[in-house]
Order: sequence, then structure tokens, then C-alpha cells
Amino acid sequence: MIPKINPFCYNREKKSENLRKGALLMITIQKYIRAQSLEEAYTLNQSRRNRIVGGMLWLKMGRGSINTAIDLCDLNLAGVEETEDAFRIGAMTTLRELEKHPALNAYTCGAVRDAVKDIVGVQFRSMATVGGSLWSRFGFSDVLTVFMAMDAYVELYKGGVVPLEQFAQMKADRDILVRLIVKKTPGRFVYTAMRNQRTDFPVIACALSEMGGEYRAVIGARPARAMIVRDAQGLLAGGVNAGKAAAFARYVSDSAPTGSNTRAGAAYRSHLIRVLVERSMHELGGVL
Amino acid sequence: MEIRIRLNGRVVVDSIDPDCLLIDFVRKHGCLSVKRGCETANCGLCTVLMDGAPILSCSMLAARADGHRIDTLEGLQEEAAGFVAFIADQGADQCGFCNPGFVMNTIALLRENPDPTDDEIRAYLAGNLCRCSGYEGQLRGIRNYLNSRNGQGGSHGA
Amino acid sequence: MEHKAYKSVNKSVRKKDAMQLLTGKPVYTDDITPPGALVVKLLRSPHANAIIEEIDTSIARKVPGVVDVYTWEDVPKNRFAIAGQTYPEPSPYDRLILDRHVRFSGDAVAIIAAETEKAALKAMKLVKVRYQVLDAVLDFHTAKDNPVLVHPEEDWYPPCPVGGDNRRNLVASETEARGDVDAVMAGCDVVLERTYHTRAFNQAMMETFRTYTALDRYGRLHVVSSTQIVFHTRRILSNALGIPKSRIRVEKPRIGGGFGAKQSAVCEVYPAFVTLKTGRPAKLIYTREESQIAGSPRHEMEIRVRIGASKEGRIRALDLYTLSNTGAYGEHGPTTVGLSGHKSIPLYTGSLEAFRFAYDVVYTNHQSAGAYRGYGATQGIFAVESIVNELAAKLDMDPTVLRDMNMVREGMVMPAYYNEPNNACALDKCMQHCRELFGWEEKYPVRDLGNGKVRAAGVAMAMQGSCISNVDVGSATVKLSEDGTYNLLIGAADMGTGCDTILAQMVAECMDCDVDDVAVFGADTDASPYDSGSYASSTTYITGKAVEKACADLKKTICTIAAEMLDCTRDEVVFASDHVRSAATGKTVSLQDIAYRAQVGNTHPAEATATHSSPVSPPPYMVGMVEIELDKLTGQVTVLDYAAVVDCGIPINPALARIQTEGGLVQGIGHTLMENVTYDENGKPIESSFMQYKLPTRLETGRLRVEFEHSYEPTGPFGAKSIGEIVINTPAPAIAHAIYRATGVWHSELPITPEKIAMSLADPQQ
Repeated sequence: MIPKINPFCYNREKKSENLRKGALLMITIQKYIRAQSLEEAYTLNQSRRNRIVGGMLWLKMGRGSINTAIDLCDLNLAGVEETEDAFRIGAMTTLRELEKHPALNAYTCGAVRDAVKDIVGVQFRSMATVGGSLWSRFGFSDVLTVFMAMDAYVELYKGGVVPLEQFAQMKADRDILVRLIVKKTPGRFVYTAMRNQRTDFPVIACALSEMGGEYRAVIGARPARAMIVRDAQGLLAGGVNAGKAAAFARYVSDSAPTGSNTRAGAAYRSHLIRVLVERSMHELGGVL
Repeated sequence: MEIRIRLNGRVVVDSIDPDCLLIDFVRKHGCLSVKRGCETANCGLCTVLMDGAPILSCSMLAARADGHRIDTLEGLQEEAAGFVAFIADQGADQCGFCNPGFVMNTIALLRENPDPTDDEIRAYLAGNLCRCSGYEGQLRGIRNYLNSRNGQGGSHGA
Repeated sequence: MEHKAYKSVNKSVRKKDAMQLLTGKPVYTDDITPPGALVVKLLRSPHANAIIEEIDTSIARKVPGVVDVYTWEDVPKNRFAIAGQTYPEPSPYDRLILDRHVRFSGDAVAIIAAETEKAALKAMKLVKVRYQVLDAVLDFHTAKDNPVLVHPEEDWYPPCPVGGDNRRNLVASETEARGDVDAVMAGCDVVLERTYHTRAFNQAMMETFRTYTALDRYGRLHVVSSTQIVFHTRRILSNALGIPKSRIRVEKPRIGGGFGAKQSAVCEVYPAFVTLKTGRPAKLIYTREESQIAGSPRHEMEIRVRIGASKEGRIRALDLYTLSNTGAYGEHGPTTVGLSGHKSIPLYTGSLEAFRFAYDVVYTNHQSAGAYRGYGATQGIFAVESIVNELAAKLDMDPTVLRDMNMVREGMVMPAYYNEPNNACALDKCMQHCRELFGWEEKYPVRDLGNGKVRAAGVAMAMQGSCISNVDVGSATVKLSEDGTYNLLIGAADMGTGCDTILAQMVAECMDCDVDDVAVFGADTDASPYDSGSYASSTTYITGKAVEKACADLKKTICTIAAEMLDCTRDEVVFASDHVRSAATGKTVSLQDIAYRAQVGNTHPAEATATHSSPVSPPPYMVGMVEIELDKLTGQVTVLDYAAVVDCGIPINPALARIQTEGGLVQGIGHTLMENVTYDENGKPIESSFMQYKLPTRLETGRLRVEFEHSYEPTGPFGAKSIGEIVINTPAPAIAHAIYRATGVWHSELPITPEKIAMSLADPQQ
């Protein structure tokens, strides 16, 4: 599910890009197969020339040639299954389903809805999949950012169940992301993002959570991949007040490296992290 | 490869390239209302309904639509006729190129939420760009339609 | 103001094509042209400035399905301009269909014609090009007299003397003045000098550039194109291809938006060339990326303004210098720049004692600019209205009161506007009306909401023209059908604006019939009467007047035929809607009978063609006021409320005038807050897709409120002036003003992004 495009990194695009200005579809696909089992999908996916199709949105904009497009749509991986202690979210579940899922949003205090609601439009979110969004591990990903604030895991076909935080650091391999598992660890969650235009990629994405007294600030669109900042210095220990919230916000900003691209510069991003984390701390509640 | 799609209620069987996009497939099969406005899934002009859900046909492989139901504006003329006249009365059709995608997504909106507020309309249609109208006339048209259908003055103005 | 009650004009009639468009009927170029045409694709330069040293198409030609690949060696050597302008064009003839010298990243290198898109794209990859990459001019400040010449060629040709010199990278240069600006400035209590910078914003009409070409049954070149300018396109093709105009027919179907982009023949020459070479139908449809990087966007301008005023707030002198970046080719370069002064300085005719306006238009190795709604006025008004707002702040005056003191008023002669008389002007009423509509008294004061959020307001005025005076020509043919209905034939192009309907409303008003009884046809060079095209805000004002004249002529002919039927002279009959009556006898003949009579033994054509041009270009005026909420910490600006009051004379169709205004406001909001145009260090455009070039969505327009103040323009049809362009001019200065009010910081460069705002306020200690 890794399209070869990063909307933030123009200079990395190949020189040959200019040869393709007239192309409506950048990639070519020789063969399309609906896998009938994960094993079949996995086997096909071992060839570097084959590719798993998620929502098709990013893949379509990628470049180059795909031998076999492997579609998982027949494998019953679409939908959110709620168990006693977790939400099991199939890789083919669309962002729109996440947005509309009452129990998931009740558990996450609406953070999941807040994270996806500004992603392009309803039609886009009716196609984009959880698996595609997570697998790509794009820096700008609202989806990766919000779930990293939770007690979340991905189930890989061969790799087994891996904490999302760990998965976010892993390099893409030829495994298959089967589902996302969000444990119902009691907690509070807030999602905010700054965008230059309402449905654009975020300039900074910020998910904040408190689970069992542990605070996490997840910062995405730095523009690099989302990362978790924990309260390693105990700035929030012993009850949170406005001063502590501000100190934590500053700490998160200092701990999350930022960079520049066409959407914003590093200094502004670092500034935004502080603003959004501090505001989110207040929104999270419990600030004295 | 061969695919079967129920296109506007009629089963269409055709042989396609694996990388054929749904937009090109439906246009080839006479659904010329479906427009391409960008290549990056950003404009909403190519909106069609797949099994009732609004999707971007420019980013959907025709192969993936195999076995599914696809509806374009050609097949939903009556459902559209109910409200588009109100948009015409505003002059908000303008160049018209974004209209089919916008109308299709409005159909999806009204099926999902028959009595939306102005803010709900804006949010649902945010993925439908229009460069001519400034959007307000489209909103007034939908609002007037809802008011006339509900037999009332504007109660949902945001 | 005229209080005449009209039956068909000044009415919100539904657009004639509305239901066809809203129900998705196939009416656009790609819908109505037959399948099977050759697919035309263009190989584009990856370099901003380069010479093609070697180009090898032999492998590309062997791709199955490829019909041919053309390079600079294959095309005619006639330089031409693609600007849609009246001959002799002010734009230089600086293009070839394909040139060995490519001048921007995206310039055409080769034309590929193939049976399928796939084959064309495959061939595109296989064309081998060896470039000699040259230094490029990428900063327009350094363009003039730069040793790197964008157009070093010997055959560079300016049809008009506009002060250009290709040996200096100069497309046009001029200075004009009235009074002694420096002396008046020296006597002013307050003098401000500021520099403003606006970007090469993209029209981003939803339908990209596209053209279909085929040989018709006489072997002529038949062009179906999404264009605002059928007649100019015919001339451009004739120049480029070296064939007579009698061998070319250009028509436009419905157009998916233009906003000026399609006032240049951006893509027509390529498929036309293919059709002439192969004899086969050909179609070229630009991708969004091509439209973004090789279209015809706004001219980037930098405007230095000096303003001098008395301490009481009398604006005594204005001094503008505009540097305009025309990009790699000169389309519309010499003309857009003029509006930056001619449509901004006259706003302050009320008190101005002296002005100076100078400009340079330079070539760079950027995408070539063209015509975009506002056409230079937008840039100039951003500069002048911003500095006037800053002057008000400096003088501690209400900016609307400052404008009341200085604005142009009805009856004045406007020295900075070719000494035209201001026959119809309700700008003063627009200001008063807008203050009330908007609630200026309560919204102008800055309101702090806490948590870093502030509400504030800003204001701007604007003007435009209603045509190019003494140049634009509009024509209309009105024909009577045998059932008493009419056909209206025009050469103007409805690009969604509704001019087909508006002109039909005028026919209905003149002929006293229903708008539904008027069928409109346009535009086709074979069938339409000559029209310079739909641009310069001219269609309602110029073509509308031609419609009025044609109807008057047709009425006379109808009366002539009726008089023969009634056995009397034409002077003795009266035209009355569906019949003609003899004044003396009271006998009548129905229009239907007259129409049938016109088809039997008749020598009077039951049709009339009239042509109009105007020695003046009456400005429409408007006032815009915006309320924003600004987050001082994130820099985010939310437009809450935009109130606009427009004086477009008598609006022929108020609903369409309102939509034009709302659409223009939202485009202006986009340019001010989010649309950006930048290049990387190699001169490659960055905002090359809708993923990067962000148009406003319906979530960021705020509440738009549009009302009208009527003036009556004596030279316009039914008192009308124009509406199409002016409406884009107020958002940038008004929003920049509101941002200043909220933050205390003036921003002089567009777009004003959240980052710029936040970082202008961020405490460097934090």
C-alpha cells in the first residue's frame, strides 16, 4: 500500500516526472486480482512489482508500473467490530465508517471523528481505508496521529500484533496490515490540527490523551511521521494546572523535531505544537 | 479482464484494462455527466454512487467496481429534479461543470440526512469544489428546496 | 437613477441552460465531440530555460498506436501571440507552435498524436531529448536588463509600440503623469510609501483547457474549443498555421468556466496542427496539472505606492510604479499592467491634485501569465486600497470617512481614467449602504474574545471598466421565426456567466415577448456576427447594446412588411408585441402572419444585425466590508461575514449579478488567504495540482451578503454597466485591513497565510 508519492517532498520526485504531465493516471497496472485469502494476498505481495490496493487514492497518484494490483476487498476486512475490551477495525474499513461509528467516537471523546472529518471530503473518506492510511505511515496522516494517542495495535499477517507506536517506526515491508486494534483502556482524548485550508493536509496534527494518569502528546505533520511525546519529566505530576499545561506544551514542542516544507516552516510548526498542546490540555479537562 | 457492473440499473458487461478507472468506464458507457476536474481526488466533480455511497470515480478502479451497483446522474434524473430547479432559480448552476458531482453528493446527503442544517450541508459538500458560484447560491437553493418540501420558512438557517 | 419598470430586464430569470447543466447533460467539448479522435499529448520541458540540442522521436514513433510525433523542426516558423485581443494586438508575437528554445518548466517540446492515451503516454517517455540547460531568470526583480534573455530571437515582433524591447527582457514600459506629483507630495502633511506583492493566481476553472479539431465536409479546419474568443482564436490559428481564415471555423460549446484563462488560445494550436498534418480528428484535453503549470494565470505584480495627504485626510497625490511579471511569453502583459493604475488611482479623483503611474512588464522563465478576472485592477486596488487604509490608521480616521472625503463621484471627469466623465456612479451610496448592511459602527471596533481570538473588520472600494473603449466590438443578429419567436445569434461566449440569458432578456424587453421565445446561439465564427469575445467585462455592456440596436432595426423591418400587408406606409404602423397595428385604421396583423409573409415573395430580411462599440468604458463600483475572526496564536483567519454593495448600473439579471459577486468574492478570499504560487530553485512550479493549490471550499467563505445600489449608465443597454470582474477586487485589501486591525501588523504580500500572521506576532522569547 505504499504509493511512491509524498505530497510534501517535491524535490524527491523523479526527473522523469515532467514526462508525465499529460497523464491522468500516473501508474499502470498489468493485472488485478481479488485475493481469496490472506495467504494468497501475502504470496502475491512478495513480488516488489505487485502492490496491495487500499483506497486507491494515493496509489493512483503514485508513479511507475504495477504488475499485479492485489485487492483485499473480498476478505471481509471492512468494518468495525466491537468486543468487550477492544475495537477491531479491519484494514478495508473506510475513514467515513470511523467518522460515523457511534461507539468508537463515544470511547474516543469524538477524537476519531475530529481527526478524519477534514480529510478532503465525504467521497474521499468513503474510499480511503484505515489500512491504507496506516500502512503508508505518511507524515501528514491524521489517522496515524490520532490512533497513536490510544492503546492501539496493528495486526500484521505475518508480523503478528504490534503496538502502533512501534509499527509507526518500522520500515514498510511486504507484510499485510490486517486490522487495527484499539483497546478500550479508559482514557480521555482530544484531537486538533492546524490547516492552511480547511480540507488540506494539516500543518501540524496533535492528538492528546490521558490514560490511567499517563499523558501522551502525539505530533504529526511535523512534517515527518507522527511521534509520541510522554511526560518523561513528570511536568504534569500531582494534578494539572494551567502552568503545568503550558510547561508540558513547551516540553512537547522542544521534544518534537520539526521541519519546513511548502506548507509551513519549522519555527511556525514548533510554535503551533506549543499552542495546540496547551489548548488541548485545557480541552482534555482536569486543568485546575 | 471482464467486469459486470449494474450501471444505472442496467447490467453492463465489458472487457477492460486492469488500470481502467471507473470514470473512464462510465463515460465510455454513455454517462457523460461524470466529469474529471483534477487528478488528485480533490475536486469532487467525478462523484458517483457505489452501492449508494458517494465515491470519486477518478480514483476507483473499474475492476474494483465489478459486481457492484454504480449510479450516475443519468440514472437519478427524477431524484435530482426535485431540488436542482431551486438551484437554477438562484442562478447558481453557473458554468455547470461541477454540477453533476455536486448534485450527486447532494443526493447522497439528502438520503443520509433528509433534513440537514446549513452547517451539515456545508460539511457534507466540502469535497465538492466550485469556482464560479461562491457556494452561497447552491446553499440557498438547497435551503429553499428543503423549506418548500417542509412547507415552511427557513428554520434551519445556521 | 432610472425608475422605469421593465418586463424582462432587471429580472432574475433562470439561466437558459440551467436545467441542462444541473441534470448533467452532455454539453461540453469532451462530451459532444465524437470518439475516435487522435489523442494529442504534449511532451513538456523539465527545464526553465533550455535549448533543444537534439530530439530523437524515432523510437517513440514505433510505439503501436502512435500516428506521429512532431518537434520544432516540423512546425511553421511564423511567430504569433495567443492572447485573445483585437488586431493589432498589444501582445508581442513571441511564440512558435514548438520552439527549439524552451522558456519555462512545462513549455511544449513535442506533440504526440496517437490512437489511444496509453500509446501517447508511452511514446512520450520514449522521445529522447538532449537539452542545453541555460541560466534562467526566476526573480522578476532582476529580469530587466538581465544578461540572460528570455527572448533573444531576431524575429520577436511587437505589433503595437508599447515600449517593449526583447533585448532588455522588457515587454512594455510606460510613464504617465498629471500635475507635479513630487511638488504636491512635498507639500503634503503625510506621505506614505509602501510596496505590495501579488501572486500569479490560477483561474482554476473546473473544466481545464481543451480543444477538438477535425476537417469538415469542405476540408476546412473545424475547431470545437472551450474558449471565450472564437474570432480571435480563428486569427491566432491562421497566424500560427499559415492558412487563410476562410479555411478555419471555430465554435465553442458550453464552457466549464473561464475567468479570463480562456481569453488566450492556450491549447488550440496543437490539435489543429495535428489535424492539418494527418487529416484526422484530434483532441487535446489538458490535465489539471497542465492547466496549473502551462495555462494563463494572473500576472504577478509588485506595486510601489506613494500617497500624499493633508492632515485632515485630503488625498492629494498618488504615485504608482508597477513591475509586472509576464512570464515566458508576453500574452496580455502590456495591457494588464495598465489597469493596475488606471483602475485604482481614479477611485480618488475626488481630491487628487496630481498622480504618476509608471510601469515595466518583464519576461521571466516562469509560466506565461494571461488574463484573469480583474486583469491588473485587482493587483492595483490591493495596493492603493491597502495604503489608503494605512493612511486612515496614520491619521486616526475612520477609513470609510476618509473615503467619503476623497472618492470619485458622479459627474466628475477622471483624469487618471483617460479623462472619461463619470456619468453613472453610486459609489458614495454603496459606501453608506454597505456601512448599514454590514453594521460598520459595531463591527469596526476590535473585539477580543479571549484565548487569543480577536474579531475585527476591514473595508475596500473597487472599480473596473465595462469594455475596452474604442476597441471592443459586439454584434448581434436577431431573426424572426414564422411562429413569431426569435433567434438571437451572438459571437460573445457564455462561459457560465449567463450572458446568453441576459442578452435574451434584452431581446425580450425590446421585442416585448417572453424570454422563452428567444433562442440563443453562440458562438461560431461561421454563423455568429463578429464579436471580439467575452472579456473585459464587456458582454452585457457592448454586445447588449448591439442587441438593443439589432432589435430596433428588426422592428423597423417587421413594420415594413406589416405595412405592406396593411396597405399603408411604415410610418403609419405601430409595433405592439405580438402584432402590428395601423395607427390610422386600427387594423392589425399578427406577428405570426408577418413572419409567414416574410417567407413568401418578400424582399425585406426578417432579421437584423447590429454592431456596437463604445468610446467610453463606464466603471462599475463597489464597496466590500469583511469581518474576520483571527486566532493570534495559530494565525488562522476565519471570514465570518462579507458584505458587498455593488453599483453595476441597472443589473439586467439581479440573481446572476449576485452570484457573480459571490463567486468573485470567494475567489478573492482564496487569493488573499490560501492560494499560493511558488517555484523551486530550478524554476519548477510547486502548486501544480489541487492537492497543492488550495481553492477555498464552502467551509471557508463565511456569510456573503450582496446588495446593489443602482446608477443609470446612459451609454449602456437599459442603464447597465458591468459586473463580471470588479467583484474580485475588494477581498485582498479588505481582509488585509481586518488582519491589521486584529494584529497591528500590515501584510503587503499575498497570500497572507496563518504562518505569516502567527509569526509576525510570536514572541521571539518563547
